[in-house]
Amino acid sequence: MTLTTDTQTSIENDIVAAPEGTLFRFATAGSVDDGKSTLVGRLLHDSKAILADQLEAVTRTSTERGFGGESGGIDFALLTDGLRAEREQGITIDVAYRYFATPARSFILADCPGHVQYTRNMVTGATTADAVIMLIDARKGVLEQTRRHLSVVALLRVPHVIVAVNKIDLLDYDEAAYREVEASVRLVTAELGIADALVIPVSALVGDNVVDRSERTPWYAGPSLLELLETLTVIDDLDERGQATEAFRLPVQLVLRPQGAVVVAPELKDSYRDYRAYAGQVASGSIKVGDSVSVEPGGGTSTVTGIDFAGVALDEAFAPQSIALRLADDLDIARGAVIAAVGTLPPITRTLEADLFWLDPRPLAPGARVLVKFGTTVVQALVSAVTGRLDLTTLGVEPATSLAINDIGQASIRLSRDLPVEPYTHNRRSGAFLVIHPQDGATLAAGIVTAPGEPTRAGDGSGAGSEVSP
Amino acid sequence: MRAPPMTTALVSTPPVTHRLSELDVLESEAIHIIREVVAEFERPVLLFSGGKDSVVVLHLAAKAFWPGKIPFSLLHVDTGHNFPEVLEFRDKTVAARGVRLVVAKVADYIDDGRLTERADGTRNPLQTMPLLDAIAAGRHDAVFGGARRDEDKARAKERILSLRDEFGQWDPRNQRPELWNLYNGRHTVGQHVRAFPISNWTELNVWRYIERENIELPPLYYAHEREVYRRDNMWRSVSPVSLPREGETVETRTVRYRTVGDMSCTGAVDSSAASVADVVREVGVSTITERGATRADDRISEAAMEDRKKEGYF
Repeated sequence: MTLTTDTQTSIENDIVAAPEGTLFRFATAGSVDDGKSTLVGRLLHDSKAILADQLEAVTRTSTERGFGGESGGIDFALLTDGLRAEREQGITIDVAYRYFATPARSFILADCPGHVQYTRNMVTGATTADAVIMLIDARKGVLEQTRRHLSVVALLRVPHVIVAVNKIDLLDYDEAAYREVEASVRLVTAELGIADALVIPVSALVGDNVVDRSERTPWYAGPSLLELLETLTVIDDLDERGQATEAFRLPVQLVLRPQGAVVVAPELKDSYRDYRAYAGQVASGSIKVGDSVSVEPGGGTSTVTGIDFAGVALDEAFAPQSIALRLADDLDIARGAVIAAVGTLPPITRTLEADLFWLDPRPLAPGARVLVKFGTTVVQALVSAVTGRLDLTTLGVEPATSLAINDIGQASIRLSRDLPVEPYTHNRRSGAFLVIHPQDGATLAAGIVTAPGEPTRAGDGSGAGSEVSP
Repeated sequence: MRAPPMTTALVSTPPVTHRLSELDVLESEAIHIIREVVAEFERPVLLFSGGKDSVVVLHLAAKAFWPGKIPFSLLHVDTGHNFPEVLEFRDKTVAARGVRLVVAKVADYIDDGRLTERADGTRNPLQTMPLLDAIAAGRHDAVFGGARRDEDKARAKERILSLRDEFGQWDPRNQRPELWNLYNGRHTVGQHVRAFPISNWTELNVWRYIERENIELPPLYYAHEREVYRRDNMWRSVSPVSLPREGETVETRTVRYRTVGDMSCTGAVDSSAASVADVVREVGVSTITERGATRADDRISEAAMEDRKKEGYF
């Protein structure tokens, strides 16, 4: 492949001129040989994220290994495959994070390899992503791995799903052939309940519809891949006025209680002697000084008297700010507690139904004793039953009694203590959890709550969930 | 913005929308990570060299626990080849923050024979043994570092919380999946965790944050005149530990450092960026990575950083 550098100068100037923008996180996934490395390389190169010394190193190694033959092409995979074993074996081992910016916004790219530990990599990349780009080979269409990846994306409720139909050049830019692939993609996304999948015909090798719209696909009227990434909304829970729509949740990380050992000016020390605030990152929603809140465990209520951000008093805070909250009442609140907008706490329960993405080589059997981490709480738990496993051929659920690595399954879980549990479909932060091995501490699975169990006591909400009424 | 006293009714302007800027998102993410580690571990420590990345982490730690003090100590592995003005800055910063600093010295190890000087004179790879000994001696179960994923291909694959065995080794093939913002810090006796709160920051993010927060840095990050000579396509400073060889001409040039490490392997770049705003502009248009421009130790092989990290380097 020949690299051109003519776009660089203008992009450089734009980056400098651009004010600090928004941050957009996306993951790339695809099967082997779909051309993912080439696509990632193309995006990085054309947005000036590959700097001269990196390009020089990759060019040198490509030449040494005879990539591209006489013409001296560049193996873009070398840009992301940084580990010795990856270079030696020509495989990609783990999710690699890459950073680039255009005048419109900054990007964090989680590049998820497709063939080794694919579910594990896909889940890792997708849980923090605003968008996932699924790459498929136009000549092969939807493969089993495409279905598997799309199932993960659908279950994890990644806000935006982009399917890049690559190697469109090898179909001679034939619209009918593309429409056929597009139709089979839409069949699967519809089955999985992915509402607005965005399908784009691209050629990563030639650059069609990657950065610029291609003249060779006049039948495609949509934006280029980069245009899409630059314009998609960053998170899905803001309304058209840019206001948070989910209920306020603050998992308490720790209590700030300096007891006089403070860093404020000497004349202010007295006013901070009894300072006490609950530190955490707002998981969802927003909160104002004067708002009423409920606290779990304990079920107490109080009023917000102050919101501190490192010495700056805010009158409102919202996700994902890391703040410290001061309350009017002296409640018993420690790490692991959740502070929520009053009237929005889900029912308190000791059981739940969940989807598990099993990530450990040791299989899960019913009766397993594990730890689960919800927000800032870690509790002992018991997997009382494995109730099913996702069959990726039919996309239905088949009966199962155990889960192996890369399986996506359903399980019933019993908790050692009461927790406010809400479905992942209501709240992407509070409905997610880790399953941890109690002895060696390994992360065994990613879990999402599908249904809270029988309430041991009502929350203070309506019980239906945590949506704020409009 | 400075802290208003609690007794006043000063509040910031309400945001127009509930959307944070890039720096605000990264800042809150880093504070969340720092608080998680402090909450879940017994004895965290911050690796602090006085370099810009560790200075930014220290600043974030101060914010995370305001109005309280930073609840952990600092650790510096001194190669003996550090820039004197950086050590001076390090000590001044430590005093101003009221935190405790432990210094582990590579020179002690060379003096008593536990380590030997390398033929190429660089001491960066020699830091690993004193670092692991200091972590063990301090019984630290979590070690904060200012490493960023955009620095190097191997770092691009490292988790925010990275588990190390009792030899400090990183096993890139067997990392814990990191899901949502739920960090799993569980470890067994002898293991420790390296925590990288600014993993997702780029060099430009760091500089923009330094500008926004008005964070002080060692002066050599800004353009200044210095006696240098050319080696490996970098400007090397003339000092007792980095003397020019025959055929290398010493000249006075206006330079600055993009990274600050061991004098024996860190080079300066030509620059007229005398202020933080100038540096932000310069970094925005640079066509060479900061390590590529300034670190001889990363040029030893394609996987130089990975090899050092597997041995316990930070």
